[in-house]
Amino acid sequence: MTSPAQAQPHGAPQEEQARGAFSSRRVFILAAIGSAVGLGNIWRFPYVAYENGGGAFLIPYLVALLVAGLPFLLLDYGIGHRYRGSAPLSFRRMGGATAETLGWWQVGICAVIAIYYAVIIAWAVRYTFFSIDKTWGADPDAFFFGDFLEMASPGIGLDFVGGVLWPLILVWAAVLVIVVAGVEKGIGAVSVVFIPLLVVAFLALVIRSLFLPGAAEGLDALFTPNWDALTDAGVWAAAFGQIFFSLSVGFGIMITYASYVGRRTDMTGSGLVVGLANSSFELLAGIGVFAALGFMAQANGVAVDEVATSGIGLAFVAFPAIISEAPAGAFIGVLFFGSLVVAGLTSLVSVIEVVISAVRDKLDLSRAAASLAVGVPAAAVSVLLFATTTGLPILDTADHFINRFGILLVAVVAMLAVSWVYRDLDHLRDHLNATGSLPLGTWWLVLVGVVTPAALTYVLVDELRAVLDEPYGGYPDWLVNGIGWGAAGGVLVLAVVLARMPWKRTVDLSAPSKEASR
Amino acid sequence: MSTSAVVMMVVAMLVLWGGLALAILNVARTTREEPDEVHRDL
Repeated sequence: MTSPAQAQPHGAPQEEQARGAFSSRRVFILAAIGSAVGLGNIWRFPYVAYENGGGAFLIPYLVALLVAGLPFLLLDYGIGHRYRGSAPLSFRRMGGATAETLGWWQVGICAVIAIYYAVIIAWAVRYTFFSIDKTWGADPDAFFFGDFLEMASPGIGLDFVGGVLWPLILVWAAVLVIVVAGVEKGIGAVSVVFIPLLVVAFLALVIRSLFLPGAAEGLDALFTPNWDALTDAGVWAAAFGQIFFSLSVGFGIMITYASYVGRRTDMTGSGLVVGLANSSFELLAGIGVFAALGFMAQANGVAVDEVATSGIGLAFVAFPAIISEAPAGAFIGVLFFGSLVVAGLTSLVSVIEVVISAVRDKLDLSRAAASLAVGVPAAAVSVLLFATTTGLPILDTADHFINRFGILLVAVVAMLAVSWVYRDLDHLRDHLNATGSLPLGTWWLVLVGVVTPAALTYVLVDELRAVLDEPYGGYPDWLVNGIGWGAAGGVLVLAVVLARMPWKRTVDLSAPSKEASR
Repeated sequence: MSTSAVVMMVVAMLVLWGGLALAILNVARTTREEPDEVHRDL
């Protein structure tokens, strides 16, 4: 605990001092970028842009960034920075016990995501080494699903796959070391080292890719504008969806990180840097990925549209093929998979920190105790479910449903509740403006209270319709209902229960005074 | 690459990377950084 000799210069209660904090604005910005830049920037954005109008996608994408992404990011910053707590504690201080449910809902979502996200990083760790001697041989597709994952038909079993189990344990060990080390010495230090490294490594990858034969055709496919796409509502929904998922907004991460930031820090200016850095990295990833896809198309004598893909197929099937055929392929492979590991790990740490911070606040635990209480069970479930021959369909289903009917839904509900039930937007705006370099006007209230929830509701309804039309991924009903809807619904039920559990009496549930919160 | 693709690529770079550069300049310019404090994290 904090000794009296280390009293806060701004008169903050000891409790806040003991929560830990980033030592400077720079560390916070790098940590927030580390959280926002994840697998989605590398393997999702390029294909979404290509599919939805190519160069013309830039317009809905920028609109979505400016009217939804950045305003929403600032809302999260405002909540965490004003109320100085984890998601449940911040919402509790804003609106009482019912509001606290929103925070736990976000915590539950983060717990689910952390459990499956870790295994993708574990695969990328293995593939970083596979790249050196191109272990996948002539058929990367058969290698990934067969030799590497030993994939069985959908089910839940305990047939462990050694090649996934050990790297997965390694990933969780790394995560635990980072979170036990703390906000500044763990999360902050990792971000300060690895985010610049990630940018340099990815830049090297992009430059190498640009010199491959066929790279120009790939870029041509990515950037040639299809202006007709702008009249398609689906393209606009894709842009809002991409911005939303890519920025890590709406499910507690940015609330948690903002609660660790000094009281006089310029949060609006910082948010602008984080939001634009995230999009800048996506653009870089788009250029690198499509230059490489252009090479692959030319090498196989096909059009770029026949090789363009996203997600697991892009990373673990298409890229290995590119690495096998390209000159200096091992170099490309180590940079590509190494970047996935770094981008994924910094995001995973931010996701699990939401859960740790919440448990820590509620039970008033030490950092090490909360980190282990959350991290060890999460690692165990992660290993049991995803280091097995039956892991992939479970991962795919959980990811699809928790993204849409977890993250997207809680984001819309929380935004509407903050704006219209707790009517806190005015206060949050004043709070952000007190130390911010980007003045928020009435426009921000309109964007956060009306425009963004409306846009995200449209995306949500669109997704709901798609999943009701046909079972997701053609998977059996038990998987879609049990794992998909089960995870999305389960976290909500859990949130209601947890919000009703008592807080440790030492935790101050009242909002910090306005003066002290600045 | 076609002219329209080159134009859209350059516009995207200018807007996003240029925007990032301006945003960094903006926060670097403001002097609202807190003084060094002892941060405990126990």
